[in-house]
Amino acid sequence: MIPPVLVELAWQFGLLSFLAIGGVNALIPEIHRRVVEMEHWMTNADFAQAFAIAQAAPGPNMLIVSVIGWKVAGVAGALVATLAICAPSSMLTYAVALVWDRFRDAPLRGAIQQGLAPVTVGLVLASGYILARTADQTWAAFAITGVTVALVLVTRVHPLWFLGAGALLGALGVV
Amino acid sequence: MSTASDTPVAALDVPTRRALFVGFMHVGVQGFGGVLPFARRMLVEQHRWLTEREFTEVLSLSQFLPGPNIINVAIIVGNRFRGPLGSLAASVGLMLMPFIMVLVLAALYARFADIERVRGATIGVSAAATGLIIAMGFRMTRPMKRIPWQIAVTVLTFVAIAVLRVPLLWALAAIAPASVAFAWWAQRR
Repeated sequence: MIPPVLVELAWQFGLLSFLAIGGVNALIPEIHRRVVEMEHWMTNADFAQAFAIAQAAPGPNMLIVSVIGWKVAGVAGALVATLAICAPSSMLTYAVALVWDRFRDAPLRGAIQQGLAPVTVGLVLASGYILARTADQTWAAFAITGVTVALVLVTRVHPLWFLGAGALLGALGVV
Repeated sequence: MSTASDTPVAALDVPTRRALFVGFMHVGVQGFGGVLPFARRMLVEQHRWLTEREFTEVLSLSQFLPGPNIINVAIIVGNRFRGPLGSLAASVGLMLMPFIMVLVLAALYARFADIERVRGATIGVSAAATGLIIAMGFRMTRPMKRIPWQIAVTVLTFVAIAVLRVPLLWALAAIAPASVAFAWWAQRR
């Protein structure tokens, strides 16, 4: 018998897989809505921690899904959630890749790309907004977010330095 | 046209499944704060499995399809050289180590979360990572600066998802087709 919580994880993240246009960063508001607000699997603080842990590890940023799965149902939960977010979209990608080259110059392809781009940007900005409200509980944390945004936009510093600086400031008790 | 996907460019290397697995595994382990730049370096510069142009095409297709972009890249590249098993080798290679490492991190965190400094560091990391995402969003607005309808769609999507908290499925079902129709109309003018 498969534990119901694993079925629920597979169902929730499997659905989200198809909605993840613009990658998993664009999905964060929806994941937050389902996991924190609807299912009550974790608190706001847990969600912010899962996000931080996923960002601190190397690899694709979809790892937040693995951490959520782990938090909800251990290693099995992590595996199920990760497969659920990857497999459906991967199969779709596989199928589309087989025929895509034939439509290389189709005008509809251009319209789809031009039309989806601003939706993706809106989703990514919404992710930033939800994360700032979830993760930044103090003025100092808010300031770290703001300074990071400003510096990323005007300099070419490697992103890892900002995570390192954030960790250091946090460990020193600034936030 | 269709032969382009069967034989990419004769001058470039054709990787084995094992090479795909190992190549993408390196990408997964290196990619702190964004994996795509490392994937480009591995595919185009290091192994020369793809030309710059081919990489851009693979990437734009990956971004347009749902799912994690980098995994879509692995699926497409794997399939191009070694069929479905190539896709499997590339994507599992990509995910294996990061998956294990993030679980180790999560377990370590759960064990040491009582320590004030560990908790503080986590809050600091997530505050900085939030800044990275917001900055990425702003960067992505740059190409559409002079296209009013695209800016309107961006604002509408943001308000629907972040402020009104409309479920993603409904928001996408309403906004995406309208936006694509607009792009189609703008293109034909």
